[in-house]
Amino acid sequence: MPSFLVRAISLSKVVQSGDAPISILDDVSFDVAARESVAIVGASGSGKTTLLGLLAGLDDPTSGDVVLDGVGLASLDQDGRAAMRQRLVGFVFQSFQLLPALTALENVMLPLELAGAANAAQSARDWLARVGLARRTTHYPRQLSGGEQQRVAIARAFAGDPKILMADEPTGNLDAATGVEIAELMFRLNREHGTTLLLVTHDANLAARCERRLSLAAGRLVGDERRAAAHVVADVRHVAAK
Amino acid sequence: MNTLRLALRLLARDFRAGELRVLIAAIVLAVASVGTVAFFADRVKQGLVLQSNKLLGADLMVSADHPLPASYTDEAKRLGLATSHAIRFNSMVALAHATDANAVLTDVKAVAAGYPLRGTITFASGRQAKRTGGGIPGRGEAWVDTRLADRIGAKVGSSIEVGDATLAVTAIVAREPEVAGLTFAPGPKLLVNLADVPATNLLTPGNRATWRLLVAEREPGELQRFRTFVSSRIARGERVESVRDLRPEVRQTLERAERFLGLAALVAVLLAAAAVALAASRYLRRHVDTAAMLRCFGARGSHTLALFVTQFAVLGLIACAIGLVGALLAQQALAALMSGAFVATLPAPGIEPALVAIATGLLLLFGFALPPLAALAHVTPLRVLRRDLPMPRRSALFAYAAGVVTIGVLVAWQAREAQAALIMLGGVGGVVVASGLVAWLLLTALKRLPVRGLSWRYGLANLRRRPLASSLQIGALALGLTALLLLTVVRGDLLRNWRANLPPDAPNEFLVNVLPDQVDDARTWLHSTLSVDAEFKPMVRGRLVEVNGSALDTARYEDPRARRLAEREFNLSWASEVPPGNRVVKGRYWPLDARGADAGISLEEGIANTLHVKVGDRLTFDAGGLRVTAPVTSLRKVDWDSFRVNFFALFAPGALDRLPTTYVAAFRAPEGNTAWLSGLVKRYPNILAIDVAEILGEIESILDRVARAVQFVFLFTLAAGLVVLQAAIASTQDERRYDAAILRTLGASRRQLTAAQVAEFALLGAVAGLLGAAAATAIGYGLADRVFNVPFAGSPYVWLYGIVGGALAVLIAGTLGTRQTLREAPLRVLRQLA
Repeated sequence: MPSFLVRAISLSKVVQSGDAPISILDDVSFDVAARESVAIVGASGSGKTTLLGLLAGLDDPTSGDVVLDGVGLASLDQDGRAAMRQRLVGFVFQSFQLLPALTALENVMLPLELAGAANAAQSARDWLARVGLARRTTHYPRQLSGGEQQRVAIARAFAGDPKILMADEPTGNLDAATGVEIAELMFRLNREHGTTLLLVTHDANLAARCERRLSLAAGRLVGDERRAAAHVVADVRHVAAK
Repeated sequence: MNTLRLALRLLARDFRAGELRVLIAAIVLAVASVGTVAFFADRVKQGLVLQSNKLLGADLMVSADHPLPASYTDEAKRLGLATSHAIRFNSMVALAHATDANAVLTDVKAVAAGYPLRGTITFASGRQAKRTGGGIPGRGEAWVDTRLADRIGAKVGSSIEVGDATLAVTAIVAREPEVAGLTFAPGPKLLVNLADVPATNLLTPGNRATWRLLVAEREPGELQRFRTFVSSRIARGERVESVRDLRPEVRQTLERAERFLGLAALVAVLLAAAAVALAASRYLRRHVDTAAMLRCFGARGSHTLALFVTQFAVLGLIACAIGLVGALLAQQALAALMSGAFVATLPAPGIEPALVAIATGLLLLFGFALPPLAALAHVTPLRVLRRDLPMPRRSALFAYAAGVVTIGVLVAWQAREAQAALIMLGGVGGVVVASGLVAWLLLTALKRLPVRGLSWRYGLANLRRRPLASSLQIGALALGLTALLLLTVVRGDLLRNWRANLPPDAPNEFLVNVLPDQVDDARTWLHSTLSVDAEFKPMVRGRLVEVNGSALDTARYEDPRARRLAEREFNLSWASEVPPGNRVVKGRYWPLDARGADAGISLEEGIANTLHVKVGDRLTFDAGGLRVTAPVTSLRKVDWDSFRVNFFALFAPGALDRLPTTYVAAFRAPEGNTAWLSGLVKRYPNILAIDVAEILGEIESILDRVARAVQFVFLFTLAAGLVVLQAAIASTQDERRYDAAILRTLGASRRQLTAAQVAEFALLGAVAGLLGAAAATAIGYGLADRVFNVPFAGSPYVWLYGIVGGALAVLIAGTLGTRQTLREAPLRVLRQLA
């Protein structure tokens, strides 16, 4: 059993734009231990989302590798990576990314069904109840508010019982008050389930609630700060009290 | 010029990106389907015109069911017209001096010097083999056509028996001038010398012989005077026919066929229109940004529009050209399927149908694709900065209106009558809407089934997500499948059922033209040779001349069928009892001992209705100059399927005694044994034998050909349904890519994604197939009940072929259309589309 759950090894991503290659990520390496919460911060275009995508195996790096739970993604094909995600990773996106053709319940059932879970409907129902949407199970995404949609997305992310939760600007499309509620929900569930959190954000408050902060600038890792766990807990209490 | 160059460049780019495939396919298909039918009809029409003056072998023909008065010939000669006489009659023809000779019912034409006055005879062998020429068979000679030669095994040098005469075959005729009419399966023919006819002893009252006077003009104008002369003297049973009189009939039938096939082709065009509209709306969504960018760079709205119009015009012309090539190939296939139906040889296709097809293609494009694109001229350049600005909506109403008008124009143009157009539109719309509705109910019902599994649920959800589009696709596919299933499986079932339902003892042989003094002998002979008890019934051929004392004016019947029936000779008979298989539905049948005309007439119900005759009306029939008048005392319903000998008009015994009578017999001969026939023909040369199996075979072969042609045209409909499917898939491509990316992100394997798509398409096709099978079965039931009068247990194969075939066809088309969605990296798609 490796001591690290997520390991990025010299990740680089170069895209060809016209004649000139553009470097989006340049030699990024770090390790993330189990149960750690990590914020990935940086200015727009610094490569945050690309990094998250590579960590999840949603895209191929130009060079380098990602090791999830001891398995190098480079050694896997698309289906192998999909299987890794299905076993290990839950996702929360800025724009929710629910399937419009499916109801809230069916959206939450998706990861369970993909894994072949026997009681997908019941456990999806439980998860929707835990995010406060017990009465919205048969609604379609278009019938839900932005905050509600993100709750469904959070329920979907946790339903598969992931070891890692990856979140890409989860409050970015929400108004301030709803954003706070959603962040609260996400951090609470993360804590309760002992999930490893990788959070891409440019919101300093959100980043401050993580134990560790990785800063990106122009595709390079320029900062890696850790905060005392007590500090974090105090912070959480402070926010919860509000 | 600049616009054109830029337009072409943009077009090429779009084409490479695969944006235009559906649009092109839809137009190609529409042009091909309309073009196929138009080309074919045009060739047949041209063929008719070319052949018309040879159709009769003369410029004008007077025909009658009796020898023509000499005054006609004298007048024709006086006017300087060329004349020739001919008699047509039926006879059994067999090889002479052969022990097991095959006797075949043949159409005999006895001709005299001068024949043919117009056109030529083409020989297959014998006299000037492979040549064409005039002339007639000499005394004692016979020219058989290729069909008769095949059937009886005659060669040049063989001897054949025609009635009491034995003739030498001196030529095999490939083609001779004769009314081609619309016979799909012309009977065997024989040309003999007019002078040999008396020796055959065949011109008896029961043989429907036709005496003809053929005339041709040497100087223009003579013909008209002769026509006037004959018309003023024309008697009952005489007809004047010229090419001009003949063609309307042929032409009418052709036009009906053309209209039907045209409407079938139109279904494909309407579906193609739906595909064009779908493709255009996707094109619009994809090109709003291009338009905004062009406007941002300073292009005026009109310039932007001109750019797109030019692109589409070029695209349309290319698609039309491809469609035309397809039509040219397909019409050749159609001509082969319908070969010989109208005219023997077809001239090359003309230019007009090509124009019709191209016009259809451009109309589709400009009616359905351009109006929505007009919106592109109104795109605000601000979209370049703010992607979330709404799409221009302003011209949507205009686009819909243009679409409706275009459909109206297309249908009215093809159908040529408002009523047919409305029925057509209503029918197609009804079927599509009804299938769509049923499809929707089915999808809703399926949703309630407690089924586990992601693929199934996701596939179903995808169909329910776009109810209108799904229903339209299902409706379109169901329509094509209904037509195809009906023409293949259901048709076969109906015919099989009908044949299986014929009574096992139903007669399979009819003997007609049996003379009264031959009846007893023939009955005994049949009994001793075939051990059958043949039922002989008397028959008098008579013409209906008066109704209630006033002369029958056939012109008063509007229905052409009624007119033909009224002009024809009726088969009259007598019986003391209601014949088996007959049921009196009105009035009363005469008592057993009734005799004479006063007992009345029992008329078949159908013909009474057609001719507007009621119980109590007094009818007068004329048979060879002798008249009989009697009141209608009852109407009968006749079970024609029994294949027994039945008559439209029955009298009581004694009523027809004075009239010329022959007998008709029906019996069941052992199958496969035809040796008895030649024995019979040798003994009674005047008797004609009609083989039911042969007739059924011919009817079936006609049905077969018609069905194949219609089927062929409906293949376009099915193809159009699949193009609609492709268009719908293309227009939802972005949604599918997005869904696939999310499912990928959540850890779905390629197999799971594929399974979900398979579920969606298989379900779509299966529902369409189910509806198609249901509709075909329902129509089958209707036909069985109303037309064939047979029990009909819908074949399980209809459902099997419908559901499995539909599912497979859609699965293949759908998977081809969506395979791209499985290949992309999820992150890229999510970023691009979010």
